[in-house]
Amino acid sequence: MCAFLIGEISMENAGIYIHIPFCLSKCSYCDFTSVPLNDTVGRYVSSLLKELQIKAHILRDYNIDTIFIGGGTPSAIESEHIGNIIKTVYDCFAVAKNAEITIEVNPGTVDKYKAESYNYLGINRISMGIQSFDDHLLGCLGRAHTGENAINTVKILKDSGFNNMNGDFIFGQPGQTLESFLNDLKTASELGLSHISMYGLIIEDGTLMKRWLDEGFVKLPDEDLEREMYHQGIRLLSMEKYHQYEISNLSREGMECRHNIGYWRLKPYIGAGLSAHSNIGSKRFWNTSSFAEYFKKIEGCEMPVEDEENLDSETRASEYIILGLRMNEGIDYVEFENRFGFDAKKRFGAVIDKHRRGGLLTKSNTHLRLTKKGMDLSNIVEIDFLP
Amino acid sequence: MNSKKEKIRNFSIIAHIDHGKSTLADRLIEMTGMLTSREMQSQVLDKMDLERERGITIKLKAVRLVHKASDGQEYILNLIDTPGHVDFNYEVSRSLAACEGAVLVVDATQGVEAQTLANVYLAIEQDLEIVPVINKIDLPSARPEEAIREIEDIIGIEGHDAPQISAKDGLNIDQVLDAIVKKVPSPSGDENAPLKALIFDSYYDSYKGVTCYIRVFDGVVKPGMMIRMMNTGKSFEVTEVGINTSKHIPMESLQAGEVGYLTASIKNVKEARVGDTITDDSRPASQPLPGYKKVIPMVYCGIYPAEGEDFNTVRDALEKLQVNDAALVFEPETSVALGFGFRCGFLGLLHMEIIQERLEREFDLNIITTAPSVIYRVTKKNGDFLEIQNPSNLPPAAEIEYMEEPIVSASIMTPTEYVGAIMELCQNKRGSYMNMEYLEEKRVVLHYELPLNEVIYDFFDALKSKTRGYASFGYELKGYKKSELVKMDILINSELVDAFSLIVHEEKAYERGRNIAERLVDVIPRHQFAVPIQAAIGSKIIARETIRALRKDVLAKCYGGDISRKRKLLEKQKEGKKRMRQIGSVEVPQEAFLTVLKYDERK
Repeated sequence: MCAFLIGEISMENAGIYIHIPFCLSKCSYCDFTSVPLNDTVGRYVSSLLKELQIKAHILRDYNIDTIFIGGGTPSAIESEHIGNIIKTVYDCFAVAKNAEITIEVNPGTVDKYKAESYNYLGINRISMGIQSFDDHLLGCLGRAHTGENAINTVKILKDSGFNNMNGDFIFGQPGQTLESFLNDLKTASELGLSHISMYGLIIEDGTLMKRWLDEGFVKLPDEDLEREMYHQGIRLLSMEKYHQYEISNLSREGMECRHNIGYWRLKPYIGAGLSAHSNIGSKRFWNTSSFAEYFKKIEGCEMPVEDEENLDSETRASEYIILGLRMNEGIDYVEFENRFGFDAKKRFGAVIDKHRRGGLLTKSNTHLRLTKKGMDLSNIVEIDFLP
Repeated sequence: MNSKKEKIRNFSIIAHIDHGKSTLADRLIEMTGMLTSREMQSQVLDKMDLERERGITIKLKAVRLVHKASDGQEYILNLIDTPGHVDFNYEVSRSLAACEGAVLVVDATQGVEAQTLANVYLAIEQDLEIVPVINKIDLPSARPEEAIREIEDIIGIEGHDAPQISAKDGLNIDQVLDAIVKKVPSPSGDENAPLKALIFDSYYDSYKGVTCYIRVFDGVVKPGMMIRMMNTGKSFEVTEVGINTSKHIPMESLQAGEVGYLTASIKNVKEARVGDTITDDSRPASQPLPGYKKVIPMVYCGIYPAEGEDFNTVRDALEKLQVNDAALVFEPETSVALGFGFRCGFLGLLHMEIIQERLEREFDLNIITTAPSVIYRVTKKNGDFLEIQNPSNLPPAAEIEYMEEPIVSASIMTPTEYVGAIMELCQNKRGSYMNMEYLEEKRVVLHYELPLNEVIYDFFDALKSKTRGYASFGYELKGYKKSELVKMDILINSELVDAFSLIVHEEKAYERGRNIAERLVDVIPRHQFAVPIQAAIGSKIIARETIRALRKDVLAKCYGGDISRKRKLLEKQKEGKKRMRQIGSVEVPQEAFLTVLKYDERK
């Protein structure tokens, strides 16, 4: 007992990601691994539970301080399944008392019963794919809900006691105006969301949206308007007491997503489920994206890993910078040196100078940090920090 | 001795690109049983991969075949391969000079083509016996009767007894071999006269030095003999002679009438130039064989090491290529934009492209090539006379009295339906119409005089595009002509990039300037600031385009599953950036230097 306590105090924190690949319908811009809700859900969840057991040893010496159930649409499946998953995580891992436990939900898929179940299960953060409140835009995105559905779902969750709630929004959509996007953000603030993610629409190959664009059915707003939406969005939200802490993420004071910060600070995490990624020690590895393969491996008590990469410390250091630059805080030079054993300011002096002159990096002496313009052009900066 | 000569036939194959020369050569080699089928690599004669891919034979080579003819006697058939492109006209003429006959391959679906015709005339000039062969009769679109009629009408030789074959399927190949034996005369020559042997090809390898492919006309050559190159005057001791089957087979000697190889510790192909005559150093012939020409480059361009590539590595590679290619010349030069590099001279555009590709492929080099240029003649006001092949070396306009540019006579063979389009193209390329000959009802040859600098710009591509590939084109240098030429510069972000400078005709400057600026806008990636692209003559801006500033280059989502992909994406971008040239603060991709010379479909 005593040893356990000592363990808990000195143990490093880690995150767990659980992927639920089922959705009510496929969105036109989505290239994620997701399938329509079907009767394989039961088999999939059983496999997930087994995978968590198989992977338990990997994080034996870690303190789990964040759990993220993402998708897909985790709220599309029965809350009993979610209950089993959370129970198994608690059984297999050392979960911290104040762990952040997030579930992704979509508007219209959570009723009072589900909301209360989530609360009961210890889930304390909701991330909702609202995308927009404009029904016309939602139609084009292929979303299976209306703006009103979203407002109602937020209310149901609030009534069940959730106050740590994120809304995902997309800007730069075909047909979207600056006004319509800013209205979405205003509504989000009025609903009392504590966190807002706003993503510039990415057109992925193989999506319906890509085809529509290629065939000329829809047209994207131009780059200038897209950036206008981004910057005005951030300005509007700042007046509503949201502060930006990452390229696409804003929150009220103290309501940042700890799980995602873990990714950007290169903390260890494991993923369970279809095509879920894990990152621990020098390794990144990820699961197969094929259901058949996944079931086969798990049922044979094998890790369902598709591939892995072993990263040397140079690559790790560069990842740390590339990811850290996404955050408004940037990278603390002292922390960096403690972690990687060399002075980033010295090593990358020329690059830092160049991007300071180009106005993409700030002049801070303590932190490596993007400017506002740098946030628009972060790839240009990041490239120069590759090993 | 005489009976030995009677059993020899020296011949080459003349064919248009794609008409099946290499395939026929393969079949002939196969049929004579010299190689087993297993040894047969596809297209044995083409030595280099590059040639195989392009479907054209660049360097020639000889193969000795043994054929038992229908008279029951064994004959030695020496097949001498010829290059198939206008850039290598001289080499073609030298290999034809080594033969007594030529097999003319005519595609049954295409008929006689301009390029074939040029080589046929070369062969007829050399008194070669032409053995026509109709190929590709297996194709549904084959029209052998028309091909025969074309052979008779256009070339004026008997065509009805021509073997009708399919080289691909190996059909009627024996008829070709018999026709060679029957029609091609055996070589004449005197074994007892002083040695006269023609070099029709030479190549270098690091073990033996230069190997010469030779045709002995008079006398005998054997190892130990001191020989002399009659045109370059250099003497060497013969180390080995032999014949060429699938490999080199050393022999005691090569005698008048025979074809084979010779090595003599020669260090560089420049000392054993194609067309030179080998003679006995102690008993030299009185006259060399006719037709020797020192090849002169017609087209020049700058070749520069790309970012991260070493100047010396490029020089080493060029030197290695030069040992094997007497036509390639180069000297160091400096460009403000590209640093240290080389000005290289080539026989023509194809030759230039081949060298570029070989540098990239065989030597794994990353190079940047500047726009090709021709040699301009400049007469200055003070009476000085200059030859300029690098636009950067052009004196200021105020000092120039007048300039001259090289003119070629071009012949374009085409189906009549494209005559209008070709005339328009030639007009547009500042061509002067000479005349038009009807070869038959639906086929003509157009004769034009064209400035070489227009030909090397995008003429081939434009011709191909305007005639759907049906026209064929040949040219030779005619002379120089006074012309209103100007130097046009390109400025990127207000910085003059000398590698883009061109000498163009005054009338073409605006169009070319606008065109280049537009293309550069397309190929130069956007930067975090706006980049103006300008074309200028002296201090006068004649065209301007702007590359808009990049507003957004950021990945919106980057979570646990995105990190590897994101890093790989960045790594790929970085790899791409490495191949860019930094000009001031602008990154210019290598293809930008090529776009300056590419044909623009939009025109």
